Amino acid sequence: MTRLRAEDLTLAYEKRVVAERLGVQIPDGSFTVIVGPNACGKSTLLRALARLLRPREGTVYLDGDPIGALAPKRLARRLGLLPQSPLTPEGITVGDLVARGRYPHQSLLRQWSREDEAAVTEAMEAVGVTGLADRVVDELSGGQRQRVRLALVLAQRTGILLLDEPTTYLDIAHQIEVLDLCARLHEEGRTLVAVLHDLNHACRYATHLIAMRGGEVLAEGPPAEIVTAELVERVFGLPCRVIADPETATPLIVPAGRRRTLTAENL
Amino acid sequence: MRVLRAGALSLRWEPRAAVVCGVLAAAAIGAAVLVVGSGEFPISPPDVVRAVLGQGDRATGFIVTALRLPRAVTGLLAGLALGLSGAIFQSISRNPLGSPDLIGFTTGSATGALLQILVFGGGAAAITAGSVAGAVLTALAVYLVAYRRGGGVHGVRLVLIGVAAAAMLEALNSYLITRADLREAYEAAFWLTGSLNGRDWDQAVPLALALAVLLPAALLLARPLGMGELGDDAAQALGVPVQRTRALFIAAGVGLAAAATAAAGPVPFVALAAPQLARRLTRRPGPQLLPAALTGAALLACGDLISLHLPVAVPVGVVTGVLGGVYLAWLLSTTGRKGTT
Repeated sequence: MTRLRAEDLTLAYEKRVVAERLGVQIPDGSFTVIVGPNACGKSTLLRALARLLRPREGTVYLDGDPIGALAPKRLARRLGLLPQSPLTPEGITVGDLVARGRYPHQSLLRQWSREDEAAVTEAMEAVGVTGLADRVVDELSGGQRQRVRLALVLAQRTGILLLDEPTTYLDIAHQIEVLDLCARLHEEGRTLVAVLHDLNHACRYATHLIAMRGGEVLAEGPPAEIVTAELVERVFGLPCRVIADPETATPLIVPAGRRRTLTAENL
Repeated sequence: MRVLRAGALSLRWEPRAAVVCGVLAAAAIGAAVLVVGSGEFPISPPDVVRAVLGQGDRATGFIVTALRLPRAVTGLLAGLALGLSGAIFQSISRNPLGSPDLIGFTTGSATGALLQILVFGGGAAAITAGSVAGAVLTALAVYLVAYRRGGGVHGVRLVLIGVAAAAMLEALNSYLITRADLREAYEAAFWLTGSLNGRDWDQAVPLALALAVLLPAALLLARPLGMGELGDDAAQALGVPVQRTRALFIAAGVGLAAAATAAAGPVPFVALAAPQLARRLTRRPGPQLLPAALTGAALLACGDLISLHLPVAVPVGVVTGVLGGVYLAWLLSTTGRKGTT
């Protein structure tokens, strides 16, 4: 049994069909990463899993229920999403922004329970932004802002987190910082589903990899088992070599050189 | 932030926002009392209050309740409605320029009223109906043009299409006035500046009814509206029915702007300035609906008071226009500076 799965999805924007008869299962407790070239439908699939996009055909199931039938707040108590480019209300402080993650647990007569307070404190501690609580979000660095965003989703206290390109616009150090944080959240027992651009990051952090091209899943499984030079060429059209990452022994993709290759002379 | 808890019940409130609301309400009512006391026959504030409460002598009572109170009440209510409508549209469009007077709704309302004054020769009730119909039709047209299948309505699109609609309607309004004879053109031009002169209960009562329904409804739904400022995807992922909330608030905001314009004419800048001032006064992010409404009431009442005490007769719309223009210049210069640093 998997909590989150999709069957026979046809996904389309207005006239452009992105994927047909697409099916995926997100293994419980996995850190699933979806990779693929631009416009392969990976973000569209994530949007469908989060019910931001209504599939033209097919169904996404959460705990056996079609997610289309769940009340919005009920869905939001089970499944959280970090969108690709969220907006920040002008002048909002870190504490106020993270507190908004409690919305699905609140109502007109239950505006700020002790549980809300505890969840926000815990979420800010988990990503290390407790000291920034009273700072205005606009004034933070990109890496800090992304951590605050993660805290907002964590405050939602859902077992499943969907992350749409959580490392875009960040420099390399902050990318690793955010991914390390995601790995820790996964180790604590959450199911994570992320769309990532960087294949090497995906291989290093994913426990389950889904490789897509042209709206189809070409391969899925643990990166060490499925990532080969042949697969990368099939998915991205990129000639390459796959070696063992010297740090983690996970697959490391080295694109084939065009202008300078290793020969006996320049060695 | 303070929290009141009792069992499963928990309510949030902001001490600063509460104080700001109290001060704004006091300022608005104070200015309204002074407005009622102003005129050829001045009445002291205590006598005004006594007359409103049904005490004091009959002559004063008549002047206050029959002649001057409708004007002051219309001003307060129109200010509330414009402030609230402005806060709603600025939140939906996520843009301080997304206020109903800039995105065509009050212009459309004016077109409806002008058609009644100039073409059909209607009376006060017809002008009210015309201005409401004008606002609603304009809003409907802008909403439909901005609507995208599957994606709904996005804030920036709404503003851009609204600005285009406003420009076209503005041209139509000018054309209507050039076609009119002198007396009608004067009446129309006077209506277009926004004025509280000669308001009676016929104008105040429909506006009061609209507010009695829409103000509490808006306050109850304020939280999902504010969540929309996180972006559509984030808000939806947090369980906010984004498009439904937006459609409801557009309907409420149009209703408020239309009712206010029908009663007081297209008073400029109150809807634009009040929400921004309220935000700075309360120092809170988000729509701040009640503070914005009260700021609108205070602005309009103070504007009316100033217009009554100027040496030449000036309608309130000119006063708020001048105040608003100065404010807008200040707003643009400060945000511009913030953008460059």
